Amino acid sequence: MRRYIAHQLVQLVVVILGISILAFSILHVIGDPVTLLLPQNAGKEEYERYKHLMGLDQPVWVQYWKFASRAVQGDFGKSWYGNAPAFGLVIERMPPTIYLTLAGLGVALLIALPLGVIAALKRHSVIDTLCTLLAVAGQAMPIFWLGIMLIIIFAVRLKLLPASGYGTWQNFIMPAFCLGAFLAPLTMRLVRSGIIEVMSMEFIKTARAKGVGERMVILKHAFRNACIPVVTVLGLQFGQLLGGAFITETVFAWPGVATLTVDSIRNQDFPVVQCAVVLLALIIVFVNAIVDLVVGLIDPRIRAA
Amino acid sequence: MAIGPDAAISAPRFEAAAAPALSGAGWRRLWRLKWGMGGAAIFLAIVLSAVCAPWIAPHDPLVVDIRHRMAPPAWMEGGAREHPLGTDQIGRDLLSRVIWGGRVSLVVGVTAVLLSSTIGILFGLAAGYFGGRLDWSIMTFINVMLTFPFVLLALAVIAVLGPSMPNMIIVLGVTGWPVYARVVRAETLALREREFVLAARALGGSHARIVFRQILPNLISPIVVIATLQIAQVIILESFLSFLGLGVQPPTPAWGNMLGEGRVYMLNSWWIAAFPGLAIFVTTLVINLIGNALRDWLDPHMKL
Repeated sequence: MRRYIAHQLVQLVVVILGISILAFSILHVIGDPVTLLLPQNAGKEEYERYKHLMGLDQPVWVQYWKFASRAVQGDFGKSWYGNAPAFGLVIERMPPTIYLTLAGLGVALLIALPLGVIAALKRHSVIDTLCTLLAVAGQAMPIFWLGIMLIIIFAVRLKLLPASGYGTWQNFIMPAFCLGAFLAPLTMRLVRSGIIEVMSMEFIKTARAKGVGERMVILKHAFRNACIPVVTVLGLQFGQLLGGAFITETVFAWPGVATLTVDSIRNQDFPVVQCAVVLLALIIVFVNAIVDLVVGLIDPRIRAA
Repeated sequence: MAIGPDAAISAPRFEAAAAPALSGAGWRRLWRLKWGMGGAAIFLAIVLSAVCAPWIAPHDPLVVDIRHRMAPPAWMEGGAREHPLGTDQIGRDLLSRVIWGGRVSLVVGVTAVLLSSTIGILFGLAAGYFGGRLDWSIMTFINVMLTFPFVLLALAVIAVLGPSMPNMIIVLGVTGWPVYARVVRAETLALREREFVLAARALGGSHARIVFRQILPNLISPIVVIATLQIAQVIILESFLSFLGLGVQPPTPAWGNMLGEGRVYMLNSWWIAAFPGLAIFVTTLVINLIGNALRDWLDPHMKL
């Protein structure tokens, strides 16, 4: 176990280093911050002066070191637009994004767990076929379109729910459903194949032979064991979930990190974009690490691999 | 498998487990193939209509007709027969724009996937075949890339490069490769120790020859399946970027930017946003159906 944890930690450090390099190079290697910042008609002299002022005439690795050592202290520079520290701006928008992500995960589980179990137990039945169809359709659905259609139906036509905004529980319903619908198909398929695999195992036969009721067999023996792969894959899909939350936010004008990022891209406010990208990636890395650790604790087979 | 007679001799394929008799699983495969065939037919129709857009679109997709703006679809009250799906906020014919918009999505989807699969295959082959430090570096790179949600990475790069269609192809192509690399690497690792590869090496085959003539032909099935499914993902992402105004710029009709423009008018004219989105949905749906059917047909045991 100790070796497993040590290995995970090394991996964690390397990935974080990689994230910082990637985030740095997106702005400094692919783009040129000076041309992005200066007006288009700026002369060559002005360009050079700015370059020197921003320390961009130094070697790339010196610039990276500066960026990284500041970033570690939570200093991502000031927003070029509002002059506030980028870090504060992003942190302020973090809670709505996290709430939306959790709500979406909840909805996905609420849809996927029962459907997945039923589909697995009634394999090849009409219900199973319907569930498969639903999953295939759900995976092809662009959630930004789903969101707009929901708004047109429930907010514009039926006037049941607010079209956008944040604060009350009604505001949560459509975005959470949208995000849940994004994650549910994959989850359902995992639950279904997990249950199917577990149901053919010896201990299920043993439980039945002992005279355990079918309900208990499914709930206590099958479901619990089917959960391990589901938890693992869901943990690893956390990045996808956050990506989905990102798309959902922009549709419902949700005041989270995604709307901030998109607005910052429109305003060419790169410190904020950079900071948001790094922080979101860090959250994903830590969630993945925790999931790995927990799964390793529960299931010794994974530690060995 | 269309890998050529030459490759078939020099590189024996992995034998899949004996084909199941038409028991439950067999019927299921057939059933899915049927859906795949249906999907392929619809997809072909979409491709044809996009290719033939100049001849089959009833109107010029860029012609503005302010007097007939926001006309509802033909079957609704106030709809005109000359605009079957209605018109947008400045009177352009929606059906024509949806037909033309398919060009953007299909071109971006296919070219970006070609780009990312090429990069991914090369990285995956190198990592799996040579192993060691190179493998470790590439795997770390893959893990870092996979940490970022695809959307986030693409957005960050497009923010720096600026929005345009070529930039979008580059961004989606360059950020999408880790999926291929991971699968190709894992398969290459397994194939590297197989007898026919060892034999080729014993005969003095060069690394390049072994990798491209012995190993790569055996990887075609999973690559084709991933690439097909990835086209759908790329189309959704491309539409999302255009929807945000960070992709294909108006007035060029693209499903994404039509959806983005239509969203502003959804209070009165739902059809402006509904139809381009429906086009994205149907296209990605049929591509997924084809991808699933391909997987079942090529190798039902494939773990993807």
